[in-house]
Amino acid sequence: MPGKSLIERYTIELPTKGDHVRMNYEEIGLKVGLEIHQQLDTSTKLFCSCKPELFKGEPEFTFLRRLRPTQSELGQIDPAAYFEFQKGVRVLYEADSETSCLVEMDEEPPHPLSIEALEIALTAALMMNAKPVDEIHTMRKTVIDGSNTTGFQRTCVVALNGEIKVGGKRVPIQHVSLEEDAARKTGEEGTLIRYRIDRLGIPLIEIATAPVINTPEEAGEVALAIGKILRATGKVRRGLGTIRQDLNISIAGGALTEIKGVQELELIPLVVEYEVQRQLNLIKISRELGQTGAREEDLQEEFYDVTEVFRETQCKVIRKSLDKGQRVLAVKLPKFSGFLGRELMPGIRLGTEMADRARFWGRVGGIFHTDELPAYGITVQEVSMLKKHVDAGEKDAVVFVVDTLENAKDALRAVLERAREALKGVPEETRAANPDGTTRYMRPRPGAARMYPETDIPPIQVTEQLIRKIFASLPEPPEQKLQRLMKDYRLNQKLASQVMDAGVAELFETIVNESKVSPTTVAVFLTETVKALKREGAPVERLSESIIREMFRAVGSGELAKEALQDAASWLLRNEGRSLKEAIDALGLRTLSMDELEEVIDKAIASNKSLIEKSGGKAFSQIMGIVMREVRGRANADLVSEIIRRKLQKLSF
Amino acid sequence: MSENEELSGYRGLAFEALKKIEAEIGDLICITKGTQTYEGILIPRSEYGDEAHIVIKLRSGYNIGVQITPETRIEKIGKGEKPAFVAPPLPEQKPALPKVAIISTGGTIASRVDYRTGAVRPALSASDLYSVVPELSNIARIDTQILFSLYSENITPAHWSEMAKAVAAQIANGVDGVVIAHGTDTMGYSAAALSFALQNLPVPVVFVGSQRSSDRPSSDAASNLMAAVLAAAQAPFAEVAVAMHETTSDISIAIHRGTRVRKCHTSRRDAFKSINAQPIARVEGDKILMLTENYQKRDSSKKLLLKPSFSEKVAMIKFYPGINPAVIDWYVDEGCRAIVLEGTGLGHVGRRCFESIRRAVDKGVLVAMASQCVWGRVNMNVYDTGRDLQALGVIPLADMMAETAVVKLMWIFGQTSSLEEAKRLLEMNIAGEIADRTLYN
Ligand SMILES: [Zn+2]
Repeated sequence: MPGKSLIERYTIELPTKGDHVRMNYEEIGLKVGLEIHQQLDTSTKLFCSCKPELFKGEPEFTFLRRLRPTQSELGQIDPAAYFEFQKGVRVLYEADSETSCLVEMDEEPPHPLSIEALEIALTAALMMNAKPVDEIHTMRKTVIDGSNTTGFQRTCVVALNGEIKVGGKRVPIQHVSLEEDAARKTGEEGTLIRYRIDRLGIPLIEIATAPVINTPEEAGEVALAIGKILRATGKVRRGLGTIRQDLNISIAGGALTEIKGVQELELIPLVVEYEVQRQLNLIKISRELGQTGAREEDLQEEFYDVTEVFRETQCKVIRKSLDKGQRVLAVKLPKFSGFLGRELMPGIRLGTEMADRARFWGRVGGIFHTDELPAYGITVQEVSMLKKHVDAGEKDAVVFVVDTLENAKDALRAVLERAREALKGVPEETRAANPDGTTRYMRPRPGAARMYPETDIPPIQVTEQLIRKIFASLPEPPEQKLQRLMKDYRLNQKLASQVMDAGVAELFETIVNESKVSPTTVAVFLTETVKALKREGAPVERLSESIIREMFRAVGSGELAKEALQDAASWLLRNEGRSLKEAIDALGLRTLSMDELEEVIDKAIASNKSLIEKSGGKAFSQIMGIVMREVRGRANADLVSEIIRRKLQKLSF
Repeated sequence: MSENEELSGYRGLAFEALKKIEAEIGDLICITKGTQTYEGILIPRSEYGDEAHIVIKLRSGYNIGVQITPETRIEKIGKGEKPAFVAPPLPEQKPALPKVAIISTGGTIASRVDYRTGAVRPALSASDLYSVVPELSNIARIDTQILFSLYSENITPAHWSEMAKAVAAQIANGVDGVVIAHGTDTMGYSAAALSFALQNLPVPVVFVGSQRSSDRPSSDAASNLMAAVLAAAQAPFAEVAVAMHETTSDISIAIHRGTRVRKCHTSRRDAFKSINAQPIARVEGDKILMLTENYQKRDSSKKLLLKPSFSEKVAMIKFYPGINPAVIDWYVDEGCRAIVLEGTGLGHVGRRCFESIRRAVDKGVLVAMASQCVWGRVNMNVYDTGRDLQALGVIPLADMMAETAVVKLMWIFGQTSSLEEAKRLLEMNIAGEIADRTLYN
């Protein structure tokens, strides 16, 4: 049993960031496939002429809908979807008239697919050596969580069988698709879910790789390589939320987990590592549960009303619910004691997984379990009364929830189901990425993709002529571009790569050519300075290309010192809507005139006469320091140094 | 099964290539073109597609079209499995519930999707309806009848007669209400027609349709249908009505009077509006809220009067600046018995039409005036043009919708050939189509 030896060989310690456990991923049998979704920078949405933008503030209008799971020809209904429907889930859609029309509201049939978006998708496809299909058929992919007003996402394959090379390895690209982005969730209160439909319909390109990636680092590298190609088209949207990565991860003896919505590229290796950890730990738990004698047939759907136990409780959460007339319902998990508190990845325990399931299926706020008690104001006495009430032994765990009887039952049923899965190992599921690289349960993995033709969109034939046109204007491949940046602008490899990775190569070239500022200065600003600003917590995504260009034009013309770029950018980000000129004035960054500068220098020299007389030419660096402290950001350092040198020289003659 | 059905939609080159390998829709096929091979399930082709492409469904679920050239190699690598439909267990029939007949005339009020080939199949039988919309079993005992399968633009006055007779037969069988599933385009006309053909109704007759096809999760079909069945089973009125979404939200369904309802939007869920009147009722969840006290009461002891004849010798002419009045002459020469003019504003047409109107009236044609404003009442006493038209013999139609007026005249000339009797019936309120008062909202 290969799985067994593995578990024994690796002591699993949970990694903290930066302190990664080395593992032999080949032996673990890690297989990762990527699905990269990137918003395209088009003038309209994919199936209507609305602006592909998001709105802030209050919605102009809202409407309420229910989505009803459709029955398939086989008489089947997706169980998770039907469950949601029966629970009476309603969706409140928020909209404004700039970013949505009747198409997004599902009140008008879609308009023909945007040719602008199609051309970008074909460009990316050809750059990845994929073969465009002869005739594109738009499909409806059933999505019933409310994120699409129709209940399906419109999507089409534009090219197949591509390939990219990453670090010498061939990574097959299974397909390149074009699809509509979904609405974004803005809230959830009980059975009412809120979605904002501004994002719905923004064109997305989807790149799916074969599951050939074998290490976490490689997953990051492949994602980076695909991202570079997409950015090289020059037609993708930038900023937070415009790119989302989905990962399919499996290990030997584990199961296929689909992780949705990793927004930060840097997070990918960590997400993969954590998922491997999680699966290994689950395998280990299932073995140990077997050893302690936990059995599926002992996991009985027997719920105990233990409201009485908590009649006088000091636990605020329970107190509040009991005051509303809700009940406390408990279930016993024989031989599970200690396992619910076991950490699978940082901050995520088996108990957390059960709580996520309970929230999904029971719409409860959470669960309590004996592995974490006494806590939350629940006393030792209450725990022992609880255990007595449900007749739990020392080795048994007890889980309880407080809610309406119906929700509580659904929640505990889901807990039992998760406990049964824990006996077997790793369940197949769809998980959502958290910002720290861990993941949480989202929903069961959907069965075979429920796709059927979108009959409202006529098929599009991809003609020879169109392919030739796109080939003729294919952007420079990223590798070639890197070499050119190094050669033409004398950037070192590190800086050139940073410019490429940050996806600012076009902007970099534009600025250098129009401002005549040194390429290195421009490159450093676009990469390191922006990163530094981001570290300080500045909302750098607000720094528009036009303002950056304006800043460098000011540097080129001498109105702004290059040393003051970071301060100016930082001020502009803190003062949204203000102009560069205002920034320069407010910060006192106006470049000193030659006369003013000479005056400062003369003063510095005059007040340090004795020092200069004592140390002669060596006094230069001290004077330079004094002057720069005063004029930093208002004068070019090279110029200051030149004047000081000249003046000191004069003195010594 | 004929060859054509096995290779639905394929013609020419693609058809020949598929026939050669004896492929049928649903079979697994492999197409080799140069270095590329495509494997997938053979999918029907739209009849508007060209002859050079074969559509397959890839393993990923996506469809693509592959262009066929004489060099393309096609192989059949697997026989398709016909999906075996396993109906979910039927909900139990509750004998205490009212009995409702659902008559379908076309449009698919309920359907299921064959995700394998993309076909959308209508669910028409009672058991189909129960399995797709199981909530119906808590509202009524359902009987279904498939009368036609027509796009509603193909429905004619002859079909109205058939519908009226079918409803009468169901009522004779003792149902507590009738629902008619109908395509939305001409549903308003059919509802008006049955309002005149079915008089002294003992139970409600409720038309229902959907603006979003029933294969999609966001469809309005199921909620409209549930409301229609609820109204048919329980509502206190006994009239012909239309049940459709009241707003863009899935909150309430408006029940409109059959003679007062008009499709006012090409695509929205709330396309149907009551014109110059309030809807009769509103359905929210399992509640029916009556919005007027002025309605015909449900009463099973009432004896239905079936008057199912219609005449097609009625025309509607919309006036516009520059109209050629010869169109009026043409209808008159064709033997038309009545013409509804859809005039401007309060009920006007240009003087250039006067001669032709005079000629029509002289030849015994009934000429009536409705307004193309849609909302509001005609009044032909305010301006000279109106007064002159009345002097020519044109009959103002008060607050009657132009569409309802045409249907009413078709029905009138199905009942009588006397011009005097026709005029009397036209100006008389028969099914709520005319009222003396126009309310603010
Ligand atoms: Zn739009």
